[in-house]
Parts: sequence; structure tokens; C-alpha cells
Amino acid sequence: MKGEMKIRRLFSKGSEKYKEGDFRGLLVYPSTSDVILAEKILKGEGYKVRVVGPPPHLRTGCDLVIEFPLIEQLGIERILKEKGRAPLNVIPISDEILEPIDLCQKKDFGDYLMIRAANMKLIIDKRTKQIVNISGGGCPDVPYLAEMLIGKNLKETPSPKDLGHTVCAYALHIAYEDMLKEVD
Amino acid sequence: MLLLAGTIPDPGLPLIYGRVRIKDDRLFIGERPFYLHRGTPSMIGTAAIVCHSLGLEEPYCVIAGDIGKGDGSKLIYNYLAENIHTLKPTVCSFHYIMPDLMLHHKLFCALKNIEAKPFLVADAGYMYIAKMSGCADFYDLFTPDLGELAFLADENSPHPFYTRGFIFHRPDEVEDFITKAYKTKGTPRFLLVKGHTDFICENGRVMKTIDEPNIEALECIGGTGDTITGMVAGLIYGGHQPLDACYISAMANRIAGSLANPTPATQVMDVIQRIPEALKTLRKEHFNGRQENIKTHRDG
Repeated sequence: MKGEMKIRRLFSKGSEKYKEGDFRGLLVYPSTSDVILAEKILKGEGYKVRVVGPPPHLRTGCDLVIEFPLIEQLGIERILKEKGRAPLNVIPISDEILEPIDLCQKKDFGDYLMIRAANMKLIIDKRTKQIVNISGGGCPDVPYLAEMLIGKNLKETPSPKDLGHTVCAYALHIAYEDMLKEVD
Repeated sequence: MLLLAGTIPDPGLPLIYGRVRIKDDRLFIGERPFYLHRGTPSMIGTAAIVCHSLGLEEPYCVIAGDIGKGDGSKLIYNYLAENIHTLKPTVCSFHYIMPDLMLHHKLFCALKNIEAKPFLVADAGYMYIAKMSGCADFYDLFTPDLGELAFLADENSPHPFYTRGFIFHRPDEVEDFITKAYKTKGTPRFLLVKGHTDFICENGRVMKTIDEPNIEALECIGGTGDTITGMVAGLIYGGHQPLDACYISAMANRIAGSLANPTPATQVMDVIQRIPEALKTLRKEHFNGRQENIKTHRDG
């Protein structure tokens, strides 16, 4: 079954966005940390899933949900259950949902480079690749991430997604991934 | 009373409340010290500096440890909801608190039911939930940056993460965002938009802009928006009219930034240390002559 799914995914590479008429579902979790962990598991297994904003009736505050192709519901639920990460709820959707920002903005400060994703900014020293500042955001893990990451080398530090728990941490992770590409 | 509330990134820190003082560049609530780092401590520290400069009583703080799991935020919401009517603050500033609709609603109901409504400032996560709840116009002042302003102007967005419009914005679009945010009830009466140019607004109209001194590196320094939020709360508590308080805060932040001579690697502590000097620079123009008619928020 697992092999079958992997073969199917070989033929479904490309954009993770779904086409009109695709049947999609949402995996709902009690917290953003659970969403981040489940996404990591499913992507590790090669599933075509993406993190999006929940529809209005599911919003509780600092939220993310996982969008997936409904046709793969059984396999996805099985994997998550095996890993002890079963979702709180699985619901089908047909409406447009909010897409997280995926555009980053770069600003060059000479010896320093800043990358902004949504409301989060990551700044490194280009000479040493050291993270020198983190700015923006409003969730409680932003100051925590700053404490954990500032002073560390970009390539040696744990990723914001591994340390954080909120949508702001997710946004910082996008800036971090873009920065990694930039320094490579 | 000036009441300041927000989380501290220390997972073991319980709910702590009380008057705050600054000693040796650290904050103390009772005997417990906290470093003046970015986030809630920056906001509290600058508010405490302003209160000290104006000869006011020390701010009352409510803090708890939270690294994004929402546990400390829950303690703060619940404490405030249960005690706000006895604390009777005249100015409140809510800061790094996990957005949570249910808990916000509980606190919102408590705030609605107190006898004299305080002047309510919101920034960071608490501003996100105040807007998402649809009750932004119950509050008095938000202090967003440009990305957060675009979020306030987007009635469908529950978080700045989902707001695309601002990232390649043009400066002339900022006023459109301000108007839209106000018309869609995404903002309170007063707004201080922090950025390359600061916009001070009332009822969706830009009343003043500030763009000098322009210190490019400040954009990189985490916590330099928190300092503005702390200053403006302290100044309003001291009796300054909200538009004046916004102007002084934005100017003092720029002056303090300029005095710190920062690079993108400078930490906010270096800016906070210059705020007393920056306030002194502005004092002659704005502090004197206003003390007689500035009793509103201090005395309730």
C-alpha cells in the first residue's frame, strides 16, 4: 500500500496547489504544534499536503490546518494513527481557503541580509552566516525563538519549525528556508 | 493604574503580578528579576522608564511564561478576566499573548463590565485576536507595523501570515490600508503604524507622519516596536493626549535609535538604554506646559 502511494506520488510532482474540482479535506488539530508535526510526518512519507488557514467556522485564534487530497484520506489517517498523531477531526472542503504567504522579501544591509516572510524578519551576518536578529511577529514563541536562534550559525541551528509552536514560527521558518537557499 | 500584560519566553515561569521597577538594567517584579529582552519585557521596561521620567507610580504588570503553547497566556487571560474590576486600571497595554478567541471573549466581557473603561492599547498577539474577534473598535489604540496594518485591513484574514497585499507595497498604499482597516472595523479610534515612515491616525485619517531621523537598521532590531508600545502606554497614563503620546513615542524611539548608532546586529537593550536621553531631548517641547491638563488617564 505504501509502495503504491509512493509510485502514485512520483507522477504527481509539481505544485502542491490543487486544481479546481479536486476533492480536498482538512486535518484539524488542537494546536499549531500538532499541525507542524503532522505535516512533517506526511511530507516525510511523500504525501502531497500543505498547511493552510482554517475556514472561519474552525478558527480559534492561532490556527493552521493541513489540506490533503481526499482520495488519500485512508492512508493518511493510518500513517498518522501509527505515529500517534491522529487528527482531532477530518473534514471535506469545497470552498476557497486562505493560503499562507509564500513570498519573501529580501533587503541588503551590506554585511547583513534581512529576509521577511509575512510578519517575520530574519537577519544574518553574511560574513559569518550567524543569525543576528529576529524581528516582527506577535505570538509568544517569537521572543523564545529569538533567544534560541540569535548568535547561532544559520546552518547549524534547529529550524524555527522544530522549536516553535505558532503561526508566527511557521512564517519565520519560511524566511529561514529562503535564507538557507540564499547563503548556499 | 497603568496595567501591562504579556508573556515571557520562560516555560517554567508561573503567573506573576505586581509593581515593576528597573534596577541595573533589569526589571524586577517583587524580588524576581527579568532581562530587558525583546517582547513583553521591552514594552514593560520602556513604560516603566516613562513613568519614572514623569514621576508617576510604577506600572502594574501581569506576566507568565509561555513559549508558544498558550499555557502562560491562558493564566494571564484568566487572571485579568477575574481581577480587572478590582484592579481598576486607567490605561492597559496587552502585548505578546497567544491569540485565543474563547479566552479573549472572557476578558472582553470583563472589560466591558467594569465601571470606568480604561484606555486600551493592544499590540502583537493580543492585537491579532482583538481584530479577529471583530471587536477592534472596542479598543482605543493599536500599534501595528506595515504587515500587521495590511492584516487589519483584510477582513478575511485571521493572522498576518495570510495577508499578501503588503509585501511589495508602495508607500502611497499605506493610507489606503489605514482607511480600509478603519472602515471594515479592523482598528480602534487611534492607530500608530510603525515603519520607515510612522503614521499617526485617528478615525481612519492620517493626522501626522514621522520619517526623521531615519535609522535603517532599526527595522532589523527585534523589540523596537515593543518600545514604542510601552512608551505610548506610559505617556497616555501620564495624561498626554493619545495623538501627542503617539508622536512623542515614535520620535523618542527614532532618537534613541540614532543615539545607539545601531547596526542590524544591535540588540534592543542598546536602544532602551537611550530612551531616557531621547525623552529628555523631547521634554522641553512636549512635556512642559501639559501637566495641568493631563489628568484624564492617570486619575481615571
